Amino acid sequence: MTLTQPTATAPAPAATAATPRRAGRMPGILRAGAARSKVELRAFFRNKQSLVFTLMFPVILLMVFGSIFSGKVTGTDTDVKLVFMAGIIAAGVMSTAFSGLAINIAIERDTGTVRRLAMTPMPKSAYFIGKLVRVIVTTALETVLLIGIALALFGLPLPSTPERWFTLGWDLALGTVACAMAGAAYSALIPNSRSAAAIVTPVFMVLQFISGVFFPFGQLPAWMQTVAAFFPVKWMAQGFRSVFLPDSFTVVEPAGNWELGHIAMVLTAWSLAGLLLTAFSFRWRGPRVR
Amino acid sequence: MATAVGEHPVSVRGLRKSYGDWHAVQGLDLDIHQGEVFALLGPNGAGKTTTVEILEGVRQRTGGDVRVLGCDPAEDRREWRARIGVVPQTTGAYSDLTVREVVEHFAAFYPNPLPVGQVIDMVGLGKHQKKQSADLSGGQARRLDVAVGIVGDPDLIFLDEPTTGLDPVARREAWDLVRYFSERGRTTVLTTHYLDEAEALAQRAAVIVAGRVVQCGPLAEFGGRSQTPTTVSFRIPPELAGRTLPPLPPGAEPAPVGVDGVLRIATHAPTALLAALVPWAHRAGVGELPELRVHRPTLEDVYLDLIRENADGTDRGADTSQSITHEAGKR
Repeated sequence: MTLTQPTATAPAPAATAATPRRAGRMPGILRAGAARSKVELRAFFRNKQSLVFTLMFPVILLMVFGSIFSGKVTGTDTDVKLVFMAGIIAAGVMSTAFSGLAINIAIERDTGTVRRLAMTPMPKSAYFIGKLVRVIVTTALETVLLIGIALALFGLPLPSTPERWFTLGWDLALGTVACAMAGAAYSALIPNSRSAAAIVTPVFMVLQFISGVFFPFGQLPAWMQTVAAFFPVKWMAQGFRSVFLPDSFTVVEPAGNWELGHIAMVLTAWSLAGLLLTAFSFRWRGPRVR
Repeated sequence: MATAVGEHPVSVRGLRKSYGDWHAVQGLDLDIHQGEVFALLGPNGAGKTTTVEILEGVRQRTGGDVRVLGCDPAEDRREWRARIGVVPQTTGAYSDLTVREVVEHFAAFYPNPLPVGQVIDMVGLGKHQKKQSADLSGGQARRLDVAVGIVGDPDLIFLDEPTTGLDPVARREAWDLVRYFSERGRTTVLTTHYLDEAEALAQRAAVIVAGRVVQCGPLAEFGGRSQTPTTVSFRIPPELAGRTLPPLPPGAEPAPVGVDGVLRIATHAPTALLAALVPWAHRAGVGELPELRVHRPTLEDVYLDLIRENADGTDRGADTSQSITHEAGKR
């Protein structure tokens, strides 16, 4: 047997120049945003937990309370059920846009998704574009589901004029954005994914009760009305009442009218405040981002 | 954006990272050369991951100068990110997406991604493309991490314990992947606890103990390994008991024989030593020296010595003075 010297598998010398790079263009916000949106929607519809928890919870509330409530609101000719159905649409928006998003971001921070994305050249805004698309699609679906069931089972009338349809549209859109921004900002208070539901759900429940979803707003104690007026759910629900309830109902509304301008203003303010808070509080790295 | 001529892909001077009174990294210097696989070794809690995370731009430093591909990682520029690939220590969860969807998703952020199918094959997940990522085994999930880290075809790759949890076959596949990028002239920074892995893949390495580099250089010369003598040993058979050893090559030193009856001779010329020992044994009628061994110091021996020398290892809070004295003494 003849021994041969093995060919030196020397350390890749610096002389072997790197494989020449193809000049490529950095994917822009649109492409990255589309990639994020696709993943967000796939994940939402494949995850049974998020489907049930965020989409079905308001539906179950509608089914239960829609069957319980009966009678007229004191001082009006309007069914309590109708007031509740308008309110539950606002609760549905809050469920998908606020609770759903806050919990979702907390989970992504905990399981390494946020950190992983921060290590890529993804434009940071693409993450939020994806979240917004997720929230818009799921909220639209939730609203269609709630209105559809209310229509079929509990006799909810469709909006009677084009103006009312228009109000439905902007109240829904502004409410969704306001709740989503608030949810993204609120997620900063969640320490880890295990505690996410525990920290988000109480806010969701309390705001529903004090914002006139289950009880006519005018019948709540004055201090409760004042507290609720600082949050978007009260205003969103009022907007939906203006869409589905007769104008005569305004006699029991606190201001004596629907306050549409006020509603738009408060929801816009919440959207902007939430955006600012998110910009300041969102962390791509740090102890809570695992 | 290109790294200036003569500038190293990674260059660190006096890096410090403190959490209150606790100093995770204290004055660390490091140069990683173009095209090499560089291993970062050291005990748990020595500051390896902190250092790597500062280089990756996911952790802020307290002080010192850091240049990675010519940029300060703290600036976190997109063009810079596109040239860096990171496989973090923790395995990511990509809820409700299949393997292929995950890799496609990350590829969309890079200007020149590698073909998705090729990347999946390279990490050995070809058969599991359509599997939900949540259903992957631990080792498969780790491979998906690697796929996500390399899909952008990076110039500089950070692998933080990439083979932890992999079976021996998968580990070899991961090694092939490191060599693939190395052959393309890319630079790899490998953090690992497996010294055989460092030895198989890396050309140079640094050992970090208590937030400092205690040893840095080519692995072959690590810890003066090339200067440390080889040990030739065998059990003394009855025929040789009481006989005088033949003349040995210069510098060969027999150690006193212990209760185990094994003779150990340290030498820098093991071949010459054997050339003297073998005819001597033959003359006494011994054809085979029982339990004959030629033992060169392994990386593990050198590494363990280094950790021992710089003892305070992970519990450095109380013992900084000692380690400073030691450092000063060495200079």
